[in-house]
Amino acid sequence: MELILVNIIDGLVTGLLLFMLSAGLTLIFSMMGVLNFAHASFYMLGAYFAYQISIALGFWMGLLIAPLIVGVLGAGVERYGLRRVHQYGHVPELIFTFGLALLIEELVQFIWGKNQMPYNVPEVLNFTAFSIAGNSIPAFKIFMIFISIGIFIGLLYILTKTRVGMIIQAALSYPRTVEALGHNVPLIFMGVFGVGTALAGVAGVIAGPVLGTFPGMAFVLGSIVFVTIVIGGLGSLWGALVASLLIGWMTTFAKSYNIRMSDILNGIGISTPENLDDNIFRDFWTVTSPQIADILPYILMVLILIFRPAGLFGKRES
Amino acid sequence: MTDQITTDPSKPAQRMRAGSMSLTVGPWIVAAVALMLMPYIFTSNSALTIMNQMWITVVFALAYNMLLGQGGMLSFGHAVYAGVGGFACMHIMNNSDLFASFPLPVLPIFGGLFGMGLAMIVGAFSTRSAGTVFAMISLGVGELIAACSVIIVAFFGGEEGVSGDRTYAMPFFGNEFLQQIDVYYLTSFWVLLSAILMYLWSRTPVGRMANAVRDNPERAEFLGYSARWVRFYSFVASGFFAGVAGGLFAINYEILTEENLNTASSGVILLVTFLGGVGFFFGPIIGAIVFTLVQTVLSLQTELWAFYAGSLFLATVMFFPGGLAGLMMMHVPVFRLGKMKMLLLPYAKTLIPAAIGILGLCCLVEMTFHYRHAATGDHEMTLFWTTFDSHTLMPWIIAAAITAVGLGIAKMTAPALKEAWDEANTAGGTS
Repeated sequence: MELILVNIIDGLVTGLLLFMLSAGLTLIFSMMGVLNFAHASFYMLGAYFAYQISIALGFWMGLLIAPLIVGVLGAGVERYGLRRVHQYGHVPELIFTFGLALLIEELVQFIWGKNQMPYNVPEVLNFTAFSIAGNSIPAFKIFMIFISIGIFIGLLYILTKTRVGMIIQAALSYPRTVEALGHNVPLIFMGVFGVGTALAGVAGVIAGPVLGTFPGMAFVLGSIVFVTIVIGGLGSLWGALVASLLIGWMTTFAKSYNIRMSDILNGIGISTPENLDDNIFRDFWTVTSPQIADILPYILMVLILIFRPAGLFGKRES
Repeated sequence: MTDQITTDPSKPAQRMRAGSMSLTVGPWIVAAVALMLMPYIFTSNSALTIMNQMWITVVFALAYNMLLGQGGMLSFGHAVYAGVGGFACMHIMNNSDLFASFPLPVLPIFGGLFGMGLAMIVGAFSTRSAGTVFAMISLGVGELIAACSVIIVAFFGGEEGVSGDRTYAMPFFGNEFLQQIDVYYLTSFWVLLSAILMYLWSRTPVGRMANAVRDNPERAEFLGYSARWVRFYSFVASGFFAGVAGGLFAINYEILTEENLNTASSGVILLVTFLGGVGFFFGPIIGAIVFTLVQTVLSLQTELWAFYAGSLFLATVMFFPGGLAGLMMMHVPVFRLGKMKMLLLPYAKTLIPAAIGILGLCCLVEMTFHYRHAATGDHEMTLFWTTFDSHTLMPWIIAAAITAVGLGIAKMTAPALKEAWDEANTAGGTS
């Protein structure tokens, strides 16, 4: 029972972290119709900038400044890169962001090298908040949960209750009409792109000390983020939240409970074949849940795409 | 797709020919002779290795372009089909009874069949729509199978991969493929064969419909074609040739690992294809040759070659979406007008300073890299046959000056080049 509680908290942390990335990505997608492959790279940049700033000014200034820099960089990419490629169509846009992701990874290796950076949890938060049956929950995790929930509520408030949010939502659905009403739609797009990448930057700042700040960190999380928004339904904020939490809990639980495939198969009445070593399905029989925890999201995505192509909360197919 | 199809609707015979499976023999004979003569020009063993790698990449890139260029489907997980084809070939190699019953040159067919089989399974649900959804599914499936390689050890061999020995095949006219040169000719044969087949495929009605579906799926559906099935056929054919490339890889290197499946190699093949140009059939061939050369030559010179390759790729996407092939084909009208001479001088005026400026920029990048990452106390570095101390100011000033002057001159002469270009593309006038 206690273990379940611990896993719920761990899964929540992973899920909310994923959500911070996928929220920006899904907003950008519904706006421009293009998936930003470099989104996770901005997350990585956030972590690296925060590390560099934290050396000089401490963690809290990093949390404040790094997302701003990342957001400005993101807006610049939209203004000078994507907007130029936009005229060629969607596929070159996708390829552009893909190339950008490669380049940012190389750039990070170029500046900071290939090793993991000593970017650590700040002293103020480096204590045990409480413990459940001997499993201590670090205060930083609680801090992460609060930051992400705060951002989600803030985002939801801005998008649904304020004038700016209304204009953004209108610009998503009817850009031409909004433009005719006198709003600068390209500027709105640039702004949303900037805010989306800044959110990824925040995620990087707070995930860097926990998950490690190294050049592969974008790659590790990158494809999972795409899977998340595909499962949630492209362009749906609620879908992104539900899918993030689902993936967070699914992977955490699969990792902490050692369920063997043979147990499941025996449970539904298929007996284990004799002399398993010669059997061609031997790997299938000996698979355990921690082994496949990392590929569960992909399996889920393929299933979703087969049976419900629009995703959990999506309204349209493409 | 190089030949412009201008048909006169009143002449049915001509309309038929445009889509029929005609083959201009000339370029293929030139290619075949070139493939035959290459080992006599570049005799060293390392050159053979590079060429083998090049031709395998050519097959793979052409297969990839069947999707991207001709079908308009962007795949982020195409290495999986080549990889699975390769792994299947490795297992056939290790099954000595089966392997001894046929000669080695037949083996890539099996790779192709396995690649095609996998493409049929995946294509059954992934080709429902093109664009973003297809790209996402391809990425997901690619990641899934790449991750499986560590779990399903029986087929993918876990982390150390699967290795075998190609010489156990039935001797092919007494040849057991012990030498690199034998493998070279085998690969060359398959490159030529697959390229011809893929070219012919693009001329068939299915290949033509793939273009139509790429450009306007709705209209193609109104004409009575199922866009989904057209995509499916392209996907399966592409999977077959990717599998052939995987089989060639297995023969050449005799080992396959997880690296052949992962997203990085899928990304490389996208890079190669796009760099070469997706709009023309021969684009990926150029891309594969240029990229392999850049990779092998540049990676010997600098640790930062991936950085340069990435920058080149991004510049291609932003400024020349037609790729290298598109850049070349831009000059065909000028040639037809006989005005190439007018461009030579403006080109020299702009491109030479630009090249010098870019080299200067590379120097700055290399020096920064050396400054930050070289072992402490190691201040010496060599760039362009000059050895200097990277911790003094002078080299930085020189490199910065070269960059500024080179790019500055290029920027100054660019308007003149544009003018000359417009002039050269105008028919008639004084020349």
